[in-house]
Amino acid sequence: MAGNIATRAAYGDALVEFGSDERIIVMDADLSKSTKTDGFQKKYPDRHINMGIAEANLMCTAAGLATCGKIVFASSFAVFAAGRAFEQVRNSICYPNLNVKIGATHAGISVGEDGASHQAIEDIAIMRSIPNISIISPCDAASSRFAVKAAIENDGPFYLRFGRLAVPQIYDENTKFEFGKGMVLKDGTDVSIIANGLMVQYALEAAKILAEQDINARVIDIHTIKPIDRDIIIKAAKETGCIVTAEEHTIMGGLGSAVAEVVTSEYPVPVKMVGIEDKFGKSGNPYELLEIYGLTAENIAAKAIESMQML
Amino acid sequence: MEQKEILSLKKTATNIRKGILRATCSAGSGHPGGSLSITDIMTYLYFKEMNIDPKEPKNPDRDRFVMSKGHCAPVLYSTLAERGFFPVEDLETLRKTDSYLEGHPHMRTVPGVDMSTGSLAQGMSAAVGMALAGKIDNKDYRVFVGLGDGELEEGLIWEASMAAAHYKLDNMICFVDYNGLQIDGKITDVMNPEPIADKFEAFGWYVQSIDAHDYEQIEKAIENAKNQKGKPNMIVAHSIKGKGVSFMEGQAGWHGVAPKPEERDRAIAELDEYLASLDA
Repeated sequence: MAGNIATRAAYGDALVEFGSDERIIVMDADLSKSTKTDGFQKKYPDRHINMGIAEANLMCTAAGLATCGKIVFASSFAVFAAGRAFEQVRNSICYPNLNVKIGATHAGISVGEDGASHQAIEDIAIMRSIPNISIISPCDAASSRFAVKAAIENDGPFYLRFGRLAVPQIYDENTKFEFGKGMVLKDGTDVSIIANGLMVQYALEAAKILAEQDINARVIDIHTIKPIDRDIIIKAAKETGCIVTAEEHTIMGGLGSAVAEVVTSEYPVPVKMVGIEDKFGKSGNPYELLEIYGLTAENIAAKAIESMQML
Repeated sequence: MEQKEILSLKKTATNIRKGILRATCSAGSGHPGGSLSITDIMTYLYFKEMNIDPKEPKNPDRDRFVMSKGHCAPVLYSTLAERGFFPVEDLETLRKTDSYLEGHPHMRTVPGVDMSTGSLAQGMSAAVGMALAGKIDNKDYRVFVGLGDGELEEGLIWEASMAAAHYKLDNMICFVDYNGLQIDGKITDVMNPEPIADKFEAFGWYVQSIDAHDYEQIEKAIENAKNQKGKPNMIVAHSIKGKGVSFMEGQAGWHGVAPKPEERDRAIAELDEYLASLDA
């Protein structure tokens, strides 16, 4: 399997791979080298549109193109795509249910040195609250490719969340993904670890730590946060009795909340959440930041045990 | 333009104005003032200029219209109804729970509405996308936009304006309904967007100023716009808020207040009198 690859790079590669479809337009806001849409720009210059540093206009213009039959990928950093342009996404893309795919890169604190202003830790919570939009947060290159493919194949607005940091490959490139369906990466009976994005690798490591203590943890990757795979979550609640979630996002309104919404209404079991706890990020080395904010395999394992102790 | 044609447009516009009054009165809320001020432009576009067919509201080659000042849904709906996109009687269901006529234009429920709007400036920006799509696909449709003068206070207008000029969107023809009034009073008192024509010129647009209620001026400006290449078009249309109803004209108070039944009847009686004078 390939070495470490940033999901933003896999996003850029997927746009090139699927870009021969004449309906596809890729838009950027002066960040094409960072969001990695520059590969598409080189191959299909007539269908790449740079909107300059104007994210609000990026989103509404994308909506206008979509009304004319285009499949539009609108790219910027997650903090601007979901934050600055929130109301444009809500009113001009989601309300009329238009075919705009928001390619949001540089999500989470693993952005690193740029610091809090550029670290989107609330984007999923914001996007998840809007009707009509689907959200995918892939963990590696293969699942990022799937995210782009799913967005092309399914009509309507999508929010695709990609990271800046190079991450290890979880999936074989031939893995079959299904939109809206989670993946069981390791079966287990004592506790379920439900993760997405960059935290999937740490969820797998946490399962190994727990195994050393004779705890058999199930590990689930929920790449599609909306619509969420209710079945896989309810099954995990029933069969393992307790859950810990792990996400590179605030624990308010992200994956943990989405899992808790399903569990509390269908089959209540303890749910512990690993994520960012109502704090802004800060500048620093990405790996050091992950340690500081508790986004580690050790913390997931500790919270898994806490979740088990609540039974 | 022949006098006969002008007379016909005036009659149509008067009927559209009556629809605005009936709809907002029935709803008990809505925005008659700015609807009445842009009625003549809407009438010209939908009854003389635009390449549209009520039987094929989604035809990919049609001209588009985006009501960027989406609160003027009453004039858009009344125009579309008068043009045959849906029954005129439905106007009186405006803003009601079981109606498809949402308070602000919604492209998913109302036949003939090309973009959902209501949050100011977003419509103009979406129109930039439609015009870009036309250029990419080598189609010759035009994109018309209705803007409010108060709407120009939104920053997004200027992001969209920069982009339209950058991409040389000469297939875009925008109108500023320059009635000088917004909810809180005169635009020059609330947040002065003037000089409007100079600003768009500085942004690289082909700008013309006209009387919004003079069909010959509307026609000439659109013909000029069609004949110039390389720049997006802004037509600054000086208008009267509440145009056509004596007690509404020039009153900011009628921006977002619906007429009561008695006021509606008085207004419609005035418009009927005007229609009779046109016939005579």
